[in-house]
Amino acid sequence: MTEGPRLTRHSTRRRVLSAAAATAALPVVGLRAQGTLEQRVVIITSFSRDVTTPFVQAFERRHPGTRVEVQNRSTTAAVAVTRETRSAPPDLFWASAPDAFEVLKGANLLARPQVDTSGIPERIGAQPTHDPQGHYFGFAVSGYGIMYNTRYLRANRLPVPKEWADLKNPIYQNHVGISSPSRSGTTHLTVETILQGEGWEPGWALMMEMAGNFAQVSDRSFGVPDAVNSGQYGLGIVIDFFGFAAKASGFPVEFVYPSVTTLVPANIAMVEGARSPNAARAFIQFLLSPEGQEVLLDPKVMRLPVRPETYAKAPQGFPNPFTDTSLGARVRFDNELSEARYELLNSLFDRLITFRLRELTEAWKAVHAAEAALARRENAEGRRLVAEARAKLTRIPVSEAQAKDPAIAGAFQPTRPDRPAGPRQAQLEEEWDRHAVAAYAEAKQLAERAQRAR
Amino acid sequence: MRFEASPLQVVVALLVLAFLLAFLVVPVARVFVAAFAAPEGGFTLIHFADFFRTSLFIESFWNSAYVAAMSVVVASLIAVPLAVILARHRFPGAALINTLGVLPLVMPPFVGAVAMQLVFGRNGTVNLLLMDWFDLRLPLMEGLNGVVFVQALHYFPFILMNLTASLSNIDVSMEEAGQNLGARGFTLLRTVVLPLALPGYLAGASLVFVKVFDDLATPLLLNVTNMLAPQAYLRVTSVGLNDPTGYVISVILMVVSVAAMVGAALLMRGRDYATQQRGGGGLARRPLSRIGMLLAWCFVVPVLVLVLAPHIGILLLSLATIWSYSPLPDDFTLAHYGTVLVSTPQFLTNTLLYCGAAGLIDVVLGVAIAWLVLRTKLPGRKLLDLAAMSALAVPGLVLGIGILRTYFDVELPDGTSLATSGLMLALVYAVRRLPYALRAATAALQQVHRSLEEAAENLGAGKATTLLRIVVPLMAGGLAAAFVTSFATAAVELSATLVLAARDTSAPLSYGIYVYMQSPAGRGPGAALGVIAVVTVAICTFAAHRIAERERARRSRGGTSA
Repeated sequence: MTEGPRLTRHSTRRRVLSAAAATAALPVVGLRAQGTLEQRVVIITSFSRDVTTPFVQAFERRHPGTRVEVQNRSTTAAVAVTRETRSAPPDLFWASAPDAFEVLKGANLLARPQVDTSGIPERIGAQPTHDPQGHYFGFAVSGYGIMYNTRYLRANRLPVPKEWADLKNPIYQNHVGISSPSRSGTTHLTVETILQGEGWEPGWALMMEMAGNFAQVSDRSFGVPDAVNSGQYGLGIVIDFFGFAAKASGFPVEFVYPSVTTLVPANIAMVEGARSPNAARAFIQFLLSPEGQEVLLDPKVMRLPVRPETYAKAPQGFPNPFTDTSLGARVRFDNELSEARYELLNSLFDRLITFRLRELTEAWKAVHAAEAALARRENAEGRRLVAEARAKLTRIPVSEAQAKDPAIAGAFQPTRPDRPAGPRQAQLEEEWDRHAVAAYAEAKQLAERAQRAR
Repeated sequence: MRFEASPLQVVVALLVLAFLLAFLVVPVARVFVAAFAAPEGGFTLIHFADFFRTSLFIESFWNSAYVAAMSVVVASLIAVPLAVILARHRFPGAALINTLGVLPLVMPPFVGAVAMQLVFGRNGTVNLLLMDWFDLRLPLMEGLNGVVFVQALHYFPFILMNLTASLSNIDVSMEEAGQNLGARGFTLLRTVVLPLALPGYLAGASLVFVKVFDDLATPLLLNVTNMLAPQAYLRVTSVGLNDPTGYVISVILMVVSVAAMVGAALLMRGRDYATQQRGGGGLARRPLSRIGMLLAWCFVVPVLVLVLAPHIGILLLSLATIWSYSPLPDDFTLAHYGTVLVSTPQFLTNTLLYCGAAGLIDVVLGVAIAWLVLRTKLPGRKLLDLAAMSALAVPGLVLGIGILRTYFDVELPDGTSLATSGLMLALVYAVRRLPYALRAATAALQQVHRSLEEAAENLGAGKATTLLRIVVPLMAGGLAAAFVTSFATAAVELSATLVLAARDTSAPLSYGIYVYMQSPAGRGPGAALGVIAVVTVAICTFAAHRIAERERARRSRGGTSA
């Protein structure tokens, strides 16, 4: 609570200063003969009002002749609307989920405006900042981490976790929440980062063991911070600004970055056929300008700027990916690999974890109980059975090679004439589901036998 | 077969058909076509074969069926005693209870979910207090039985409203006849009153079954994904929309819903529920004995507290500063109402406008379809009924996308698109809520005896005059129920709204709630909007009941003492 007002005061003063700075820098940032701006620009966005309003106000102050109209949508609805309104689309598409931009780009719905990106590094952490083909632009980055409710941890006597691996600890059983990667592009990138950082099989093993402690796999990204804020469960795997914004609103929550995190760009794009192309381009340019970047430090917005110089104005303790090399840099992110198995990964996660969470957590509970019993009374046969149970719970039905094989991964992608013939999506999903149900039931039995072993 | 139909019947049928085709069948078909499209193009049923080969879907199917059936049972346990108390006995504040009984249907999106969790969730008020006092935790909102619990609380008003309307349509002479033959008390209730009220009960129960079967908000709220509707939703709403399975499940949901409706209709076949006598003013409202009154209060009050707990939760949330992991909020404030009233006053008027229009459209269509089905021999009339009912199983997002696809390029005179106009929102709400109004109207018409219309016709009234002057007034109570259900549930519709609402100035309340509930700071204002929505619906419901009640009193002038 004490943080809130202080930050606000600082940021107000900063904004006054920055307005002066931006005026001076105006000729440099370059309004290269882009024609006059239209009177109205329409933005479709998944961001909340808290995030969009400061940007809109700052932009309208800079370009008084242009009115910005914001349409709030969930990412799915925003994509659907952009797709179905080709004849008169919104001018700008503004969201977090990188996959939404890829979908729109694939459908030739994104324009390629001339935007000056000088002064912004090409890569932040492991991810390219902008779309290499120039269809969308990263204006901020966010990292993934663990958000927790302090009242909840105190009442349940739980320690504060620091790393992903801490979440494997059985004391967190039934206390952790996450959103499904198929429902949240940012969760997807976190899962992909863990897989690339740890390797396919060890990465899955880590995730499956963490999943043993999940209380919930939510179907929308905001469901996780909502539940942590209310105290329905104590810890959530979320993107940083959910944690920061909740704390700024007064909820008893904190946020930590584990050392293996991924920095995810939040993007903006101009829609093909935009009716106000000049104003749309000006808005993108404004977001990337030093003036626009400073709005990111507003306590209600709280995202990491893409301009290194903006961090000089950030409050104390604000994470800086340009100086703090541990932040998002440990993994060299392979985009091509990620794209090849994007849909497959989503489906696999849902088959193994989301839809079989009850079976999975019960099996892990049995394993933990058996290990606790063995710790009290050592037994070789029991150890062997537990090891076997663990192997069953962490083995996945798809190898790394298969995951990027076009014949298999392609089953989950939109049909293309050049795709080699392979099994259908429904067949693979049924196979994985059967694997999961059988493996979890066997593991549970093995663990129960281990507990009784003497 | 001889074609028996008057020109009027044909015109009405064609108008109804045109409406359903334009705003339901064609838009939805344009999206659902993906379920039948082969990867190489062309027609295929392979996706349906895949559905039946997938064990997760089969399991989901049975889970959905179990939850829907159990919800009908639990909802009946709540609704039937309430309806009997309200309709047959002199019970103080009956209008108030009628009104409060509708509110569970009005569960504002997101806010309702958060409030539910804060009251009944694993660390909600109830469980935090139970753990403090008895070290005990009830899994009220976990697993399939959790879904049954929440669904029953949510949808029992369908049974309550339709049954109450049905009960008050039974003429007192029927009861008197029963009494003359020696039936008393419970026997009278069981052998005369309840059987005569069966159309209303079945209308409500079949709605609960189908609605629960197709509902996805509650399973998602409880994170139960192994049911059919959430399986369809999770696939349909994945970014990209190119997976046919979601549409296959939606088609199957529609088939099951229609089958359930046909089943309910078969149960009623060959029976006659109409009574000729009118003017007695419905069942005699008998006074309750002292013990009866005590028992009634002991039932009514706890039930109301239970079913209104989520709304009390929303109210607290709208007044709370911070509410986290504690039985009650930390502190209270009125600031959220200030935020809402200053920044977004138009949401309320838009909602009243769109949902009022939708409610009226639904009453007109509901009466028209019910009349065509029950009173004419037009070929294919049952299909109209089924087509209208299938709207229940169409996901809002699918209808929204279909409408955009079909109408986005149609421009209104002011240059904006028809698809994103307020008019279209009202039409879409009307389509989505038509099944509720239709069931209520059908139940009401089933209780009006044919001979009353024939009498009017013998006296020289035409078909149209008879319908407007005789039939519709006799159905007043049922029509009020129809309007209220459509209006109340449209006021909290979100999924189609989210696709179609174009700008703040023309958006309804549910959109406003969505916008606020996307950030932690918006929880309070979102809840405040939710309270405004609920109160608005309550006022309108109360008014509708008063009007229906006055109509009843007017009709039974002089006969009330009978």
